[in-house]
Amino acid sequence: MKKYLLPSIKLTALMILLCAVLYPLLIAGIAKLAPGQGKGETISLNGKVVGYENIGQKFTADKYFWGRPSAVDYNAAGSAGSNKGPSNPDYLKTVQARIDSFLVHNPGVRKEDIPAEMVTASGSGLDPDISPASAIIQVKRVAAIRNLNENAVMDLVAKHTEAPLLGILGPKKVNVLKLNIDLDKLP
Amino acid sequence: MNSEMTGVIVTFIITLLIAFPLGKYIAKVFKGEKTITDFMSPLERLIFRISGIDTTKEMNWKQHMVALLCINGVWLIYAFYVLLFQGSLPLNPDGNPSMAPDLAFNTSISFLVNCNLQHYSGETGLTYLTQLYVITFLQFVSAATGVAAVAVLFRAFAEKTTEKLGNFFVFFTKTITRILLPLSIIVACLLAFNGTPASFDGKDSIVTLQGDSVQVSRGPAAGMIAIKHLGTNGGGWFGANSAHPLENPTYFTNMVEVIAQVILPMALIFAFGFFIRKRKLGYAIFGVMTLGMLTFMIPTMFSELGGNPSFAKIGLHDISAMEGKEVRFGVPASAYWQVMTTIISTGSVNSMHDSSMPLSGAMQMLGMMTNCFYGGKGVGLLNYFIFLIIAVFISGLMVGRTPEFMGRKVEAREMKIAAMIALFHPFLVLVGTAISAYIVTYHPQAAWAVQPGSWLNNPGNHGFSEMLYEYTSSSANNGSGFEGLGDNNIFWNITTGIVMLLGRFIPIIGPVAIAGILAKKKYIPESAGTLQTDTATFGIMTYAVIMILAALAFFPALTLGPIAEFFQL
Repeated sequence: MKKYLLPSIKLTALMILLCAVLYPLLIAGIAKLAPGQGKGETISLNGKVVGYENIGQKFTADKYFWGRPSAVDYNAAGSAGSNKGPSNPDYLKTVQARIDSFLVHNPGVRKEDIPAEMVTASGSGLDPDISPASAIIQVKRVAAIRNLNENAVMDLVAKHTEAPLLGILGPKKVNVLKLNIDLDKLP
Repeated sequence: MNSEMTGVIVTFIITLLIAFPLGKYIAKVFKGEKTITDFMSPLERLIFRISGIDTTKEMNWKQHMVALLCINGVWLIYAFYVLLFQGSLPLNPDGNPSMAPDLAFNTSISFLVNCNLQHYSGETGLTYLTQLYVITFLQFVSAATGVAAVAVLFRAFAEKTTEKLGNFFVFFTKTITRILLPLSIIVACLLAFNGTPASFDGKDSIVTLQGDSVQVSRGPAAGMIAIKHLGTNGGGWFGANSAHPLENPTYFTNMVEVIAQVILPMALIFAFGFFIRKRKLGYAIFGVMTLGMLTFMIPTMFSELGGNPSFAKIGLHDISAMEGKEVRFGVPASAYWQVMTTIISTGSVNSMHDSSMPLSGAMQMLGMMTNCFYGGKGVGLLNYFIFLIIAVFISGLMVGRTPEFMGRKVEAREMKIAAMIALFHPFLVLVGTAISAYIVTYHPQAAWAVQPGSWLNNPGNHGFSEMLYEYTSSSANNGSGFEGLGDNNIFWNITTGIVMLLGRFIPIIGPVAIAGILAKKKYIPESAGTLQTDTATFGIMTYAVIMILAALAFFPALTLGPIAEFFQL
């Protein structure tokens, strides 16, 4: 054991230098060339940062498209899912309550049409996206409260629907924050 | 076929296409042949000179293990004390506190043993200093430890009769300089250019579009996330791990991360075949492991895509299992990740396993209970080797011949070690679960930071699964969790700490010992009577041994947890 102790300590010090000091500095340096300089990509409106492109935000007002339920109330100081199991009776009551609330705010929408993702909490609590179906189902509400033509809002949703990777891999999605920012710009 | 299933299949194909040549490369590195990374050799020579390591001195298997344990001991003490005092050390822009001793004990062991169970949340529980100097550092070196151990196995079977099995420090250092570091730099850049933060800036405060004030945690995460996957470590920078939209911003990064965690375990299997000049054995092992992967993957896909039947009872038509999942990944890519991360001991998650369907939970646990399909950094192959030895022994008995493996007789001493290792994992898991279930039932008011009465986030059988999963994950050195469990208190920190420590080093020492003992034995040339270990028949035999052992040991516990829950839905 003694024979290996000193080499072990020296090797440890060198590996800390290599893997924990130099390597992260190198990556931080390279990332300066990336969009957002490695600090996270932000979205600004009138010169003020209103959000991070990849971080979801809380939208509760009827005039905005809503994102998904969140276990951390969209405060990105932390992150977490609900960790509720699929058979948990309390959890199923929560889902029921979300459905009821969604129906109250979206008159005309039938319960069967609500996508599951709108009444289930995301893994991170910060999911920035919803599926196109979840956006479309809210168009009527948003258009009515803003006195906009439903077709204009529908077009906006279509414009914000991002195709799968390379057109063939993974799901379609809509970034809620970007959609809402453009929604505010509609005449 | 829809784009989400295509995504999963393309991901697997790309993984294979990278793993195969990578395996050839790894075999060359450990043989000391010419490779494209030879520009690293001046750096390596410098490291060896400063550390006082004589690279020409070869070790026998015992010396290997002493060196391994010695350097791991140094890391444990170092990590424990830095975590204990992190609050008063530099690089702490968010002003996070020091760790309590029991949490520091758990965390230092967890990362030392490549498990990466996290009883803290990255945003508040660590500082940038500990994220890098402890966590990232241990993610590199613990992975390299596993690879260095498996390299001993390579050497033991490459030569006929030998005691000299290479130098531990050389295997270890080369794993970092030739394999982990170059690949990490590539992966980290891919992540950084797709939205993962890499700068040292602290938390940001913003006012959202709707007018709420929120904060956004950041930090030099990209480098850590790269090695967390390449090293099959799995511990996340952020609390939500790779479900977090900065840790895993897009479908593309999701593919990169899930490929990064599988390529090295796969490559090591191919490397084994190339190194010992028995490619066919490498392919046979790979085939059995892929069969094992599919055994868990197919039911998981069906169970996750089937959705939550309880939603139908509420009256929803869309019953997708989206609780705990992210829209940008969708259900298939989340299910694929769930299986890969549990069979190969990574333990990073892109969806919350606690919220997955009961049968998916059972498959995740079985992945960790067998713990040998592709397997973690080196260790998966070592676990598989144990099952291989048992299969050789049983087959030998069945055909009435002395069991032999690679020209060496397998005798009582090796069999005893193999049997003990195979039983040790269920022992740790089941005893731990039993004790915790007892405490929850009979001492719910015990005065710990989280009272046992409030440990479980879900009632009934699912609550039992949370405890079973925690010990399975600890003993398999996986690190994922049914994270609803209230685990940051002295009971869980200490017990899982001990389980992780034993679950790591015993299954490394055992197989290496067997390999070392076999390597010393007289080499018997193959004859017509030799049991062929690279055939499909023998592959199926090994597969059966693995599944029967896992089934016999774990099915009673699984029945109380996920299987009972499945029948209640």
